Formats: sequence, structure tokens, C-alpha cells
Amino acid sequence: MMKLRTFKIGGIHPEENKLTSDMPTKMAELPKQAIFPLSQHIGAPAKPVVNKGDKVKVGQMIAEAGGFVSAPVFSSVSGTVFKIDTSFDATGYRKPVIIINVEGDEWEDTIDRTDKLEKLSDHAELTSEQIVSRIKAAGITGMGGAGFPTFIKLSPPPGTTAQFVIINGVECEPYITSDYRLMMEHPDEILVGIDLLMKAAKVNLGFIGIEENKPEAIRLFEQKCKDGYAKIEVVPLKQKYPQGGEKQLVDAVVNRQVPAPPAIPVNVGAIVQNVGTAFAVYEAVMKHKPLFERYTTVTGKRLANPGNFLVRMGTPMSQLIEACGGMPDGDNKVLAGGPMMGKALTTTDVPICKGTNSVTILSGKDARRTEPQPCIRCAKCVSVCPMGLEPFLLATASAMHKWEKVEQEDIISCIECGSCQFTCPSHRPLLDNIRLGKSTVMGIIKTRNAANKK
Amino acid sequence: MYGVIIALLPALLVSFLYFGIGSAIVCASSVIACVFFEWAISKYILKRDGHSITDGSAVITGLLLGMNLPSNLPVWIIVIGALVAIGIGKMTFGGLGNNPFNPALVGRCFLLISFPAQMTSWPLIGQLGKYTDATTGATPLSIMKTAIKSGDSSVLDKLPQSLHLLLGNVDGGAGTIGEVCALALLVGLVYMLVRKIITWHIPVSIIATVFVFSGLMHLANPVYADPLTEILSGGLMLGAIFMATDYVTSPMTHKGQIIYGVAIGFLTVVIRNWGAYPEGMSFAILIMNAFTPLINTYIKPIRYGEEKK
Repeated sequence: MMKLRTFKIGGIHPEENKLTSDMPTKMAELPKQAIFPLSQHIGAPAKPVVNKGDKVKVGQMIAEAGGFVSAPVFSSVSGTVFKIDTSFDATGYRKPVIIINVEGDEWEDTIDRTDKLEKLSDHAELTSEQIVSRIKAAGITGMGGAGFPTFIKLSPPPGTTAQFVIINGVECEPYITSDYRLMMEHPDEILVGIDLLMKAAKVNLGFIGIEENKPEAIRLFEQKCKDGYAKIEVVPLKQKYPQGGEKQLVDAVVNRQVPAPPAIPVNVGAIVQNVGTAFAVYEAVMKHKPLFERYTTVTGKRLANPGNFLVRMGTPMSQLIEACGGMPDGDNKVLAGGPMMGKALTTTDVPICKGTNSVTILSGKDARRTEPQPCIRCAKCVSVCPMGLEPFLLATASAMHKWEKVEQEDIISCIECGSCQFTCPSHRPLLDNIRLGKSTVMGIIKTRNAANKK
Repeated sequence: MYGVIIALLPALLVSFLYFGIGSAIVCASSVIACVFFEWAISKYILKRDGHSITDGSAVITGLLLGMNLPSNLPVWIIVIGALVAIGIGKMTFGGLGNNPFNPALVGRCFLLISFPAQMTSWPLIGQLGKYTDATTGATPLSIMKTAIKSGDSSVLDKLPQSLHLLLGNVDGGAGTIGEVCALALLVGLVYMLVRKIITWHIPVSIIATVFVFSGLMHLANPVYADPLTEILSGGLMLGAIFMATDYVTSPMTHKGQIIYGVAIGFLTVVIRNWGAYPEGMSFAILIMNAFTPLINTYIKPIRYGEEKK
């Protein structure tokens, strides 16, 4: 057998726990009240364009992009704007939101709700610029979690040229299966989406990276690519976390490493998009459907009926947890995302957003942390760090507020994958301290750059 | 931590077989004394509530200290060694994870300098029922030292064969409790590598350096023993496998670990051939322990994106 590709530095093998791999996606029920945070993406928050009491339809824009790096927000429900207020989101802070009381399910007329597959070859008149502007207008942001506005990634900064598109079908995070279900249920739409992304980026080469633990998805896509998408290559990858990290995926698929920040994947010719994003691009460009629905896994070992859902954004997580049989008894930790990178929530009234790929409920012992022991400098964190950093040093120096030291030690290269914390035999809260250090250093750098500009 | 204890078991069992009751008394009193001092110091001097004795680190220090001693050493000397190892080598710096030097080696070197007579009289193996009254003999390393000092390479003919050094099963062999059977130590090494407790970098770089360097010395002048005998005798295996690989006092990166290992190997041969003591392993490790923070400062892991230059 051919040796499977993977990334070169570090990596771990957490238990998969993909409980919902074989469960077909269900439609989630419409919520009674939908909450739309204005900041579901990296960049400036969106600006509301509706007022209290306005009637809105499904697919209507309710907030416009608030800057260049920003994205509009669309209503996923029809009804009346109840209020524009603040509410908790997954970060644990109160953020501005638009709340809509749901009445019926009336869609914008422009949206094509049929199942007919629209291929790019049938729409040869679409130019790259048109595709990018539709993606921008549909409010599409990265669906894998980080939520960077997609249209910006498709317009490389001056001095760089895109050479290929890499589609992330890795889903290396334990528990989550939403991307896998999407790949199994909508392969044709994803492939048209990849075609659109390639045309938008003006490249002739596409890759889909899929880990070996999803053999059926690999087979399905290899077959489909052979039958009509000659420019797209399926790359089976050796299973290793965090292969779904953008930089790790570029290394694994094309054997190139992205230089340290501020360099981005396009510096080595790569544009990386999630399978969910490719699907959203298809719907936006071919079906005129802006981004207001997504695939989300709701999972947990003690959950009565975990499952995969097609959810209208704005639906509170509590409603999805109820649909899975309710919160299990005893201690639970609810995460927006998976167990490695997910954010622990303080309330389940948080809505599903553009980047919410799963709601994971860890129960009992899994919900608790083990008491940390002294660092014995075993260097396990150093050997698993996929960015080649020294987590023990970054964590200790951050805890001591030595910001200059951690900046010198490249803390901003940290991708917050949590491999160090996972592997630590002394159960030290490495990532917690590194996140503190990283966000502080990012703030310092921003202020310094602003001061230097004056 | 307990993985290291399991890895030490083969060597420990072999030592019971060779040194009998003496080995049992020395190891047991060393472990008990180390655990006692760890407990007493953290409770009454540092006034900590935690139970740092349950992490097993004091047991390992005790075992390693015991295995570095001759099997006829009186208990009172062992207790002093344990106090220095745990008290000065470890707890002074704040306990587990903070000590710059390997505690067991601090204890051993303190005893070696303070009680040179008792610490360099090595009982011959096979005297199972005897403790402090055991007959002593010359270790392979002291034979080598005699050869170097006298400049007469025929002294080396008294050395046991390499196979005997590997198995330890030799009439008239002598040495510390843990160093007489290289094979048992290698079994421990394989176990630790398989369980991924340690990586190969430190032990292999030490052993390879000693082999190459002493091989060159042997070629240049046959008064220096052959390299196979050099790597199989003395505390080299014990040190390379169990002492130099101590997490706390060794470098973090694989590149740093190789530099550390090569330097230990080099210093060991230098001390063995030109130093005052027949064995240089303990001193070599302690010297390189002092360089570990420096190595950690300058040898960084390969960052992502820097790999190809």
C-alpha cells in the first residue's frame, strides 16, 4: 500500500469517539426565537439594517458587512424583529445580537429551493469576479470554525499567486461528524462548489484532503472525481490530529510549509477551504441562497440520541440538546466545537453560528479536569506541538506575564490545537495559559503597529 | 513514573541474585530513607499539604541511589546519601521538577567524595549471605586505571571477557549493585523505549560516543581498554539509560539531547582515562546537568515553516 501523506511535525492520536458517523442528517426544528450575533466571523462586526418590529423573510439580510474584513448576516427564519440587544455567545462575553420572533417559514423568492444540480459547465457565463462577489454578498465565512470571510481568501494579497485550492475534508477533531455526513450526502454539490472556488481563485488544480478513517468518503470522492472532475484530486491522509489545521493540511497535501505569521497559506500558493464552505459556495452561487443554514453534530457519550442536524443558524443550542434527549444527569461540560478545540459554554442559550460545527457534551469524569502536578520537563509537549513550539515554556512565561519573552518564542504561531495539554502527563493547563499569552501579545503587537503608523 | 521503576526491576532482581542480602539491605534502606526525607521535608520544612511521595519520584531516586552504591555499604552512610540526594539535591530547589541536578547522583557523588574508602571497596559477586563482611575485589574500571597508570597493557588481560560483562555472570566480578549486568539494564531500556517513556537520543548518543572515542584511544595506544569492554563496564549503562535520561535534568529537544549525550560520553572517557577516579559517568552527567538550561536556551525545536532552508 502507498504510504499515506501527513504533516511532518508533532501531532497526536486522540480517541475518535465518532458516535454519529452513520447517522443521516435530520432537519432541526424551527426555533421559536432565533438569535443572530453580529460578530460570527473574524473581523469587524456586521451593522444591523433592520429595526425593531420589522418583518423579515428567510434569507433576508438583517445586518450588512461592517468593514472590509467582515461579512453580512442573514435571517434564517421569517418573523418579526423582537429586539436588537446583547447576548452571550460561545466566547462567554455579551455581544450585540438581533433577536427575531419566528412566524411561519416564508422564504425570499430569489432562492432556488429545488434539488436540481447546477453544474458550472451549464453556467459558463459566470466570471471569477461574479463568483467572488456572490460569495461576499452571501455572507460566507470559513465553516470549519475560525470563520474568516471566504471572499478575502479568494483574492490573494499583492505579491502572491494562488496555485491550487485545497479542500479540508479531514475532520480530525474527535466526536464531530458534520463534515463527513455532508460529504456523504452532498458530494456533487461539494464538487461543483470546489469547481466554483477554483474558478474564483483562477487556478486549475484542486485537492480534497480526507483522513483514512473515512474510507467511504475517500472512495465516493475518488469515483466522482474520476467521472467528471479531472482537475480535482482526492488525497487520502494518515490519521493524525490536528491535520485539519490549515497549515498542517497544506504541509500534508502538497508538502509545503507556510512561513511564520503574518504569512498565510497563499504565500505558498494554497487556498484552503472547508468542505462545508465549498457546499455553502455552491448554494450561494448556483441557488442564490445566502448562508443561514449549516450541518452541525450534537454529540456526547451519555446523550440519549446524538445526531447530525441541518440547522437554521440562530437556533439556541438548548433546543438541539433537547432534540437529542436532553442534558444527561450528573456533571456535564457543554462545548461549542469538539473536545480538543471547542469552547466550554456558560449557558446553552448560545445560538448556532456560521462556524458551529458541533455541540459536544462531555459527562462525568470527562467533564472534569485532573489536578495539575509539577512540570517534570518530560518534553512530551515539545514533541507533539505541530508548530514546533515549546508549550511548557510559553505556558510558564505567560503565567508569569513575561510578554516579551513569549513574543520572542513565537507564541503567535500557536494554532491552539491543544495537543500539548492533551499529552501532558502532569495535566498542566498549558493551552489555557498560552491562549492568555497569545491574545495579550496579539494586542501588544496591534497597539505597537498602530503607534508606529502615526 | 512507575514505568521507570518497572524498567529497573530486571537489574534489581539480577543484583539480588549476585549480591544477595547486601543488595536487598542497601536498596531497601535507600528507598525508605529517600521517601521518608521527601515526606518529612515537604511536610515540616516546606509545609505543603500535597502528597508528593505518591508520585513515585522519591522511590526512583532511592532505587537509583541504592543501585549506584556498593552492596556492603553500612546503612548510616546510605541514610546520609539519601538526605543529601533528597534534601539538598531536590527539595532545596522546590521539589519535583525544579532540581537542576539529578538527585540520586548528587547523593552518590557526595558519598564518593566524603567516604572514598567505603565507596570504592566493591564486594565480589556471589556472596549471597554476606553484607558488610563481604570480601571485596577490583572492578574492571580499576583494572583499566591500573593499566593506564602503569602504562603496561598486559594488566588488561585480567579484565573479564565482554560476554561476561554483558551477563554479569563472572567469577571474581565486582561493582555497584546496578552495574554488574548490562543485559538487565538493556532490557529496561527496551521496555522504556517501547512504552515511550524515553526516546533513544540520550542513551544511544552516550553509548556511541564512548564507543567511538575509547575505540580511537585503544587504536592509538593499547594501554587503553577496547571499546566494547569500556561500554559494558562501570556505571555507563546504568547512567546512560536511567540517570542521564531523567526528564527534569535533561534537555527538551532531540537535538539538544544528542548534544548532551555526546558531551556526557566524551567527559566520561576523559575522566576514566585521565581523571583521578576510575569512573567518570556520575560526574559527566552532573556537569552536563549544569549545561542543560543553556542547551535549552540555544537549541530550539524546528519551528513549522522553518524546516526547508
